[in-house]
Amino acid sequence: MPIKFPFSRRSGPQDAWTKCPSCDQQVFNRQLDRNLRVCPHCGHHFRMSVGQRIDLLLDRNSFRERDAGLESVDPLHFRDQKAYPDRLEASRVKTGLREAAVWGTGSIDGHRVAIGLFDFRFMGGSMGSVVGEKLARCFECALEERIPAIVVSASGGARMQEGTLSLLQLAKTTAPLVRLDAAGIPFISVLTDPTTGGVLASFASLGDAIVAEPRALIGFAGARVASGTIGEDLPEGFQSAESLLEHGFVDMIVARSELRATLARLLHVLPVAVAGEVTEAHGWGPIGVLSGFAERLGGAVSESIGISVEPEAPGSGNGTGPAQRSTADSEDTSVDAGVEEERR
Amino acid sequence: MTDMLVPEGLAEPLPEEVERAWHRVQLARHAQRPRTLDLIPRIFDEFVELHGDRAFRDDPAIVGGPALLDARPVMVIGHQKGNDTESNILRNFGSAYPEGFRKAQRLMRLADKLGTPLITFLDTAGAFPGPDAEDRGQAEAIASSIKLMTGLQVPIVVVIVGEGGSGGALAIGVGDRVLALENAVYSVISPEGCAAILWRSPEAAPIAAAAMRMTAADQLELGVIDGIIDEPGEGAHTDHAATARAIKAAILRSVAELSGLGTELLLAERYARLRRIGPYAEDGEPAHAAGEAPSLRLRLGRLLRVPGVPRRPRWSDVWPSSDDGGDNEEGA
Repeated sequence: MPIKFPFSRRSGPQDAWTKCPSCDQQVFNRQLDRNLRVCPHCGHHFRMSVGQRIDLLLDRNSFRERDAGLESVDPLHFRDQKAYPDRLEASRVKTGLREAAVWGTGSIDGHRVAIGLFDFRFMGGSMGSVVGEKLARCFECALEERIPAIVVSASGGARMQEGTLSLLQLAKTTAPLVRLDAAGIPFISVLTDPTTGGVLASFASLGDAIVAEPRALIGFAGARVASGTIGEDLPEGFQSAESLLEHGFVDMIVARSELRATLARLLHVLPVAVAGEVTEAHGWGPIGVLSGFAERLGGAVSESIGISVEPEAPGSGNGTGPAQRSTADSEDTSVDAGVEEERR
Repeated sequence: MTDMLVPEGLAEPLPEEVERAWHRVQLARHAQRPRTLDLIPRIFDEFVELHGDRAFRDDPAIVGGPALLDARPVMVIGHQKGNDTESNILRNFGSAYPEGFRKAQRLMRLADKLGTPLITFLDTAGAFPGPDAEDRGQAEAIASSIKLMTGLQVPIVVVIVGEGGSGGALAIGVGDRVLALENAVYSVISPEGCAAILWRSPEAAPIAAAAMRMTAADQLELGVIDGIIDEPGEGAHTDHAATARAIKAAILRSVAELSGLGTELLLAERYARLRRIGPYAEDGEPAHAAGEAPSLRLRLGRLLRVPGVPRRPRWSDVWPSSDDGGDNEEGA
């Protein structure tokens, strides 16, 4: 029986070292983790897991995961060289996550936020129906609680295995941002390596402030797709964080060690507008829209968003379905309780 | 021919499904298929094309302007492919640059200002992916178009007339009614692009087309579109006039339905329509351990560093990093 030393249990020898792709130096894994997964020799930012991101950015013990039970289904019965459910299972085993994104509430330097985070290791951080649903709920939570929203992206884009259902997640995750605008609630987008495709072509490009990590790959078209389409070799570095900064599409590039402090500073200077003082330039502001919606729900939503709407008698008003729906029973009723109800 | 590329032991998609899907893709891309500028004069009166994004240049891959639909003012925007090599080069094969989407946004704002319904025609393989498009913010242009459409205060009717290719299509494709011609296709990525990533071979495009279920009938079943417009005879390319008549009838019906809603209801339903898309399973999975409040005994033990009391779990213990096995590009 081999002798086991209590201090040697952490990792086997096979994964003790990682070669830095940027400077080719061997980096001791524990040293890498302690250094926020930044190469101590050249400053190359390695990818982080969702767990490491949460520890990096949020106040100790403040994060509460929401909607942990959301899980992908296989609506297309998609099968390439491997069936979609098998790919999902492999990613679950590899990462311990159920999906490519996690969302919850937490605080950064005491500022309470609704935050969504991607993990690139889960199917390339790709956005399917569940990731889209989580982010939409994250934004809706920010709207309901009137707290800033933050999303830390690391994604190859829309998940091909769910076809156009994934494509439409671009719109599903972007639509709540219109409501955040009207309600005066800031949204900060953090772009990490890599953020491409449909995630960049939706909410990730629409932050009120956009922060990127150094030398992160950020671009619309994946290199393989782009070179296949335009049939030429692509110039070096045109999809980097630095290129986006130069062309005016991100606000700043921030080293990982400074990321938390930068977010705290941004939250400090980008306050949520005082409720009630937001000028409703548009009749379609969230309150307007929601009150219209609330009327259809027979006033059921009014409590959760703090407006008073006279409840209508069931079946009156618009008649059929909508007026008879009631909100979901769970306490974290989102503004879309009616939509949820319909789904069941 | 194509079915030889399916690795042994995998039953899906079936060869006949592959053939059927690929046939639709080819019809959707047919050189004689009516383009936006072929359809507009047959559907609308008095179309006045407006040019330019007021920032950089006019992108000929997207066309648009005000028009009359049976005497009612509307705004029309569409992708524009060419019919031959010369016009296709001019139109960049219908693949827009960021300035094309910014022109579309300008026209959407004008529709919003004047309160005229917006009608869009989708026919693109996708937004142009070149380095200059990236430099001018292709992703931002698409994202802000999508955002603008989700909040537009006028009814939006979207008609997929040919290829509905990915973000470049969705950028002018968020609507209250999304219709598709019978042989139109709609996909998250071009079948060639999907094949290049998942099959590592563009030759597998027909299989990818079947796997993505990109035909109009599939899209209706998935709830992505709301209706299908029948094409005449062998397809829209055989009779542009009849195709235009069918599209016009469908647009008129949709506009009439939407006009009675009122702005608040219109926007609430547009939001709800998007929120509904994409099925998922949900159970009451409890939050992970690091989220639990520790017991008093545990907290005291940690405070006093009592041996044997485990340290406070951190989220990086719950979800640690692992070797991510290099680049796995799996998104679109």
